[in-house]
Amino acid sequence: MSLIPAPLRVRRPGRLLAEAAALVIAIVVAFPLYWMVLSAFKPAGEIQSTDAKPWTLSPSLDSFRRVFQQEEFGRYFVNSLIVAGTVVVASALIAFLAATAVTRFRFRFRTTLLIMFLVAQMVPIEALTIPLFFLMRDFGQLNTLGSLILPHIAFSLPFAIWMLRGFVKAVPQALEEAAYIDGASRARFLWQILFPLVLPGLVATSVFSFISTWNDFLFAKSFIISDTSQSTLPMALLVFFKPDENDWGGIMAASTVMTVPVLVFFVLVQRRLVSGLGGAVKD
Amino acid sequence: MAYKTAAEPAVAPAGTAARPPDTTAPPAGPARRSGAWTPWLYLAPALVVLAGLLVHPIYQLGLISFLEYTQAQVSGGEPTTFQGLGNYRTLFADSQFWQVLLATVLFAAACVVSTLAVGCALAVLLTRVRALPRLALMLAALGAWATPAITGSTVWVFLFDPDYGPVNRMLGLGDFSWTYGRLSAFALVLFEVVWCSFPFVMVTVYAGIKAIPGEVLEAASLDGASPWRIWRSVMAPILRPILVVVTIQSVIWDFKVFTQIYVMTNGGGIAGQNLVLNVYAYQKAFASSQYSLGSAIGVVMLLILLAVTLVYLRLLRREGEEI
Repeated sequence: MSLIPAPLRVRRPGRLLAEAAALVIAIVVAFPLYWMVLSAFKPAGEIQSTDAKPWTLSPSLDSFRRVFQQEEFGRYFVNSLIVAGTVVVASALIAFLAATAVTRFRFRFRTTLLIMFLVAQMVPIEALTIPLFFLMRDFGQLNTLGSLILPHIAFSLPFAIWMLRGFVKAVPQALEEAAYIDGASRARFLWQILFPLVLPGLVATSVFSFISTWNDFLFAKSFIISDTSQSTLPMALLVFFKPDENDWGGIMAASTVMTVPVLVFFVLVQRRLVSGLGGAVKD
Repeated sequence: MAYKTAAEPAVAPAGTAARPPDTTAPPAGPARRSGAWTPWLYLAPALVVLAGLLVHPIYQLGLISFLEYTQAQVSGGEPTTFQGLGNYRTLFADSQFWQVLLATVLFAAACVVSTLAVGCALAVLLTRVRALPRLALMLAALGAWATPAITGSTVWVFLFDPDYGPVNRMLGLGDFSWTYGRLSAFALVLFEVVWCSFPFVMVTVYAGIKAIPGEVLEAASLDGASPWRIWRSVMAPILRPILVVVTIQSVIWDFKVFTQIYVMTNGGGIAGQNLVLNVYAYQKAFASSQYSLGSAIGVVMLLILLAVTLVYLRLLRREGEEI
């Protein structure tokens, strides 16, 4: 806050105007989420009303009940958790090893590899749905959670490696040397010293693999074609879209249930990040 | 697909300014001691996964785009035949392809420009308000950022619903259907895309502005420069490296918009009026079983994005960013 230049702080009417604008914009930006949660709690009659009010006097859990009871939502939720959880853990471990290799070692093709990791981030994964569909079919993985887990590990790796580099690099070289002098093996240094120090970075990275996997809609739609017991949340949401009349209450309740874990993850991770490397490593 | 991160670009300004040029090369000390194989051992899992699930599919995508590959080959067991550039010829002769390509480029451009304008404007606004309004705006933006694309899409469709949505009522639009007309449907998708993408730009640019020494902005302000003038002549030039990063990230991301179009316009709009390349490729392949044509569209997308990436790499190099 001290970084705000003094003259800007002095001009009062201007600042009040700016603050009013900021608050109004904040309300506008938050409005869709508010409306989502509100509609999820509205009784059916109020949602299907042409006179929609921005509040409700008789909140009801009917929509949530429809979501959790009728549509195998719990199953979809668990499937989504399994897929996202596996991807987060697997890609974090693989990326940690790879990031250690490209930051703490010097070897041929190191720069080439790094550029390839960067380029790989730009590949439109949607375009690869077609060949991946055939790959999954050939390996009998269609209609399994594996068909969702494997591609997402691959797609979150390049970015995770790229982002982890900074965290691995930040661990002082002296620490590594000290560990070896004390007789630690390479594996011991890797898992018992480096890994805990890089953990906050791993958590930060995992937000992105979690979100992209949790939000995935294309693979879930393309690879889970007949066995709906393997479906994930996005598919469960689309169930409520009906050709004649959309069940908006159900859609909004399902959307709320799907959004909340991501928000929670965001909040949790931000707290984790605060206790970053600064305190952990003391020179 | 939503790799929209503040983390990497956010550290860029400090990094480029403070990082001594030689620290990026890994030290040779302990690495020398061990076998030269150790890094490759660490890299092996990543390389195996990427080779199998990224490189190989890309190769397959290219291959399928040169073959005749329809339902007859997929489930009928008919032999695939090599078509050469036949699929591309079919594609380029199809006026719908050019229409979709044009729509994709224009839509992506509109999204990028709007996202950057909103994100940068709000970043500047954040620097001019006290802690409470700033916290409110930051929280709202984080909420929008964290919202999954699919739920964001459904909520925005509901907000703009002709019968039950609050937006038409507030604006007095009656039962105007946003998804009926081509432009209004694209506009609706654009609103959602900007809503969920501007936080990334805002947070990143705000971090960049905070790293600018206060005296610089103070001097400009004392000289009587307007906020717009300060942005154009002082902030923007200093923030150039960050702006390059957020622009390219936005281009790459907005060019690939899939979920929003698919959900909000119900698979590409009435008679495919709201198709973009990504959805077009998907519909060709999985709705009409023309896998080879879908793959050819995928290759076109891949090449366009590769070109963008090469520009990005060049710009990064020019900014002196060490890899």
